[in-house]
Amino acid sequence: MSGVSLLKETGPREVFCGLTSIVWLHRRMPDAFFLVVGSRTCAHLIQSAAGVMIFAEPRFGTAILEERDLAGLADAHEELDRVVNDLLARRPEIRTLFLVGSCPSEVIKLDLARVAERLNGALKGRVRVLNYSGSGIETTFTQGEDGALKALIPLMPPTKETQLLLVGTLANAVEDRLTNLFKRIGIQKVFSFPPRQSTDLPAIGPGTKVLLTQPYLTETARALKDRGAEIIQAPFPLGVEGSQLWMEAAARSFKVKDSLVKETLEPLILRANKALIPYKNQLAGKRIFLLPESQIEIPLARFLQRECGMELVEVGTPYLNREMMQAELELLPNNTQIMEGQHVEKQLDRVRQQQPDLVVCGMGLANPLEAEGISTKWSIELVFSPIHGIDQAADLAELFSRPLHRHDLLNQKQLVHV
Amino acid sequence: MELTLWTYEGPPHVGAMRIAASMKGVHYVLHAPQGDTYADLLFTMIERRGERPPVTYTTFQARDLGGDTAELVKRHIKEAVERFEPKALLVGESCTAELIQDQPGSLAQGMGLNLPIVNLELPAYSKKENWGASETLYQLVRGLLKEKIASETKHLPSAWKTEGRRPRVNILGPSLLGFRCRDDVLEIQKLLGENGIDINIVAPLGATPADLIRVPNADINICLYPEIAESTCNWLERNFGIPFSRTVPIGVNATQNFLKEVRELLGMPVPNHEEEHLSRLTWYSKSVDSNYLTGKRVFIFGDGTHAIAAAKIAKEELGFEVVGLGTYSREMARPVRTAAKELGIEALITNNYLEVEAAMTEAAPELVLGTQMERHSAKRLGIPCAVISTPMHVQDVPARYSPQMGWEGANVIFDDWVHPLMMGLEEHLIGMFRHDFEFVDGHQSHLGHQGGLSNHEQKQSIEESQHNNDSDTSSDSLIWTSEGKAELAKVPFFVRGKVRRNTEKYARQAGCRNIDSETLLDAKAHFRK
Ligand code: SF4
Repeated sequence: MSGVSLLKETGPREVFCGLTSIVWLHRRMPDAFFLVVGSRTCAHLIQSAAGVMIFAEPRFGTAILEERDLAGLADAHEELDRVVNDLLARRPEIRTLFLVGSCPSEVIKLDLARVAERLNGALKGRVRVLNYSGSGIETTFTQGEDGALKALIPLMPPTKETQLLLVGTLANAVEDRLTNLFKRIGIQKVFSFPPRQSTDLPAIGPGTKVLLTQPYLTETARALKDRGAEIIQAPFPLGVEGSQLWMEAAARSFKVKDSLVKETLEPLILRANKALIPYKNQLAGKRIFLLPESQIEIPLARFLQRECGMELVEVGTPYLNREMMQAELELLPNNTQIMEGQHVEKQLDRVRQQQPDLVVCGMGLANPLEAEGISTKWSIELVFSPIHGIDQAADLAELFSRPLHRHDLLNQKQLVHV
Repeated sequence: MELTLWTYEGPPHVGAMRIAASMKGVHYVLHAPQGDTYADLLFTMIERRGERPPVTYTTFQARDLGGDTAELVKRHIKEAVERFEPKALLVGESCTAELIQDQPGSLAQGMGLNLPIVNLELPAYSKKENWGASETLYQLVRGLLKEKIASETKHLPSAWKTEGRRPRVNILGPSLLGFRCRDDVLEIQKLLGENGIDINIVAPLGATPADLIRVPNADINICLYPEIAESTCNWLERNFGIPFSRTVPIGVNATQNFLKEVRELLGMPVPNHEEEHLSRLTWYSKSVDSNYLTGKRVFIFGDGTHAIAAAKIAKEELGFEVVGLGTYSREMARPVRTAAKELGIEALITNNYLEVEAAMTEAAPELVLGTQMERHSAKRLGIPCAVISTPMHVQDVPARYSPQMGWEGANVIFDDWVHPLMMGLEEHLIGMFRHDFEFVDGHQSHLGHQGGLSNHEQKQSIEESQHNNDSDTSSDSLIWTSEGKAELAKVPFFVRGKVRRNTEKYARQAGCRNIDSETLLDAKAHFRK
């Protein structure tokens, strides 16, 4: 066990709920529709997090509960059937419908599993209906993806074949690149979950070795294990080092010759480290404070500290799964302050006291901190950007150096001779 | 249960946040789960606020529900009061907490705190954001002033005359996340000042609870945004006898009427000549250059106040033809219906943007005035658009001074509405001259794929637009010959929809199924009359 300090805090939190994951999940699986069963607040949250909407009809929506739905649950079931039928009639291209539970639907105990079962019976396989919780009383931000993936697992066909399964949403280009690299070291059967089409689910079974691409998939990993899969323990594929260790862990598990791995990765690593240099120059010695939001904070902190030379003031995370984060924690320097949970006011007090050079935070906090003279980086950008893998390390570093660079640009001396 | 893909208004507690965040010295404890904290970003991102809204969320979790959530509420209230030392506290709940019925307002009142506490009950399953804002302002004003009701003597709006001072008024309604409120307030203050009228207080924007207690010192109230302030103005009129002005001064005519109404209410002399035109809108609209604006078809959708004002300006001051008028605000349905009726059209009252888009397509306007969502719809349809109402994006909160109200507001409106039309016209010219050498160097149109098209693309986009419109017109299977299509392609894109509809209407009347260039010309002659 490394010498990090694991701390806990409770109080008012400033974190999105799991519904937010819909923003990237619906883009990953364009044949799926995400129907939140909730309130106007839920609808407003997703559209506010999704930002600009230029498409005609999105692949997500909210069945907004109204007063009369609360009066009688039986009617609420009927109403939901009606909404779903209208929706499916209007959008025949939908193959998978996720019913997403929210705080209101959970508090009134609307049983979406039962609704899904009934609809599945009625739809006879034309559309598959699944359910999971994205509610704020149960989940934060990225945990929504965990729930959605877990809901898909029972539909994965069984297999005994030896194969590698990459689990967690990746940008398509990154996915292609990583798959290709695994093939180059001789792992031919590589599949991704979630797939690009919701109906195109990979098979799963005792021969499957799972490599997690994202650190927030606790429940999904457990359910995959229950289907016989083996979870490969590794750090997460952020930065050169993390991505290298991540690929090497898979290679070991598939008994790939060390020399082949080395031969394949070495030029990539050389190139990536070179690309990192300018960013490293900018970031080294700078102090960073990560507020909890996406659960990517710990792997990010590891990358920023070990590869970019940043100093970690505090690393927040909404939730800490120690088993899953073990390999990451071991790479962190002694006495790194890891804060699980949040008391947003006290945490901001610490930010002000510590005056870090950069704060990673949610969109609600960024401008207020900037107004206090503290540079910020939105954490939501990190779940939208292609940041995984050795080749992306410099891009990842650039995301952090840009606000600092901008700060310098705006604070340089005025031109005197013009 | 209502299927919603996108909503014009947020939940009512977001309206309450708008009031709290607009004011100084007010804090709002909101019993709500963690995800509801997203609402902060509306203020810090859209309005670019450098301060967090003064809101403490209790962020209760499922595991708290088994235990004592009341204690959790009290702990957050206590901490918030200690940390932020507000002068007044709002306490309420969002949709989820409403279901668990902890009654945070009563809990707060039982805590022996030494400050005014307003218990907000905002039914999340039947009401929306603007209603929530209006109710919050009303409850806050009522809470702070109810003790003073009895002690008030009869209110005389013309008391300023005998007291030897200038008349003074309250400006009620401007709030954060309202459309251009920041600048409207300045413009109206200036306007009133120039006319010898002082400001008592402005609320909620920039007001403290102490300011609200001074509300009865004004001679009259100005209800600047009825969505937010009308219920408060009504209450103040009933209980304190303070009359209020109802004219919203957007546009030259409305600004004149506003000044007249305010003077009358205050017992000031009303000049019997017309109010001086202090806006350039009137002359710009009259100038020969604006001839091409005549009869432009305009489609309007927004909150009630801005939609009605826009319709009046469009018709009376710019000589446009209003071909669609609607609002997402049920509370404002009645006045919008009345305004539409006067214009000889039927109002569209809906919270469904797809219905708005369908109505827009059907009306084939040349200009759309709407919210950020109508801008998206208009962009898809290739129609110029200006944003006139919330909900808005960050780019609808400009750095420059750009009010909608008063004389300068009318100037801003002229520019903001005419500019997209001009750009549309320019696109057409670029399209027409695209073979000239000045344009061959890959002209970049600001409309992206819509302007400066190659022939091939243009054909495609016509086919697309036909395809898009098919649902509402092609039930009787009219066929456009390739020659007819080519002729249609020569029509400027911003009137193409209208020409197409008219031609099809004509073809149907005339009983011809194939539409060629002759049909198109016949139709043109027919509708010219
Ligand atoms: S926290 Fe709960 S009520 Fe709020 S948006 Fe998320 S699911 Fe909906």
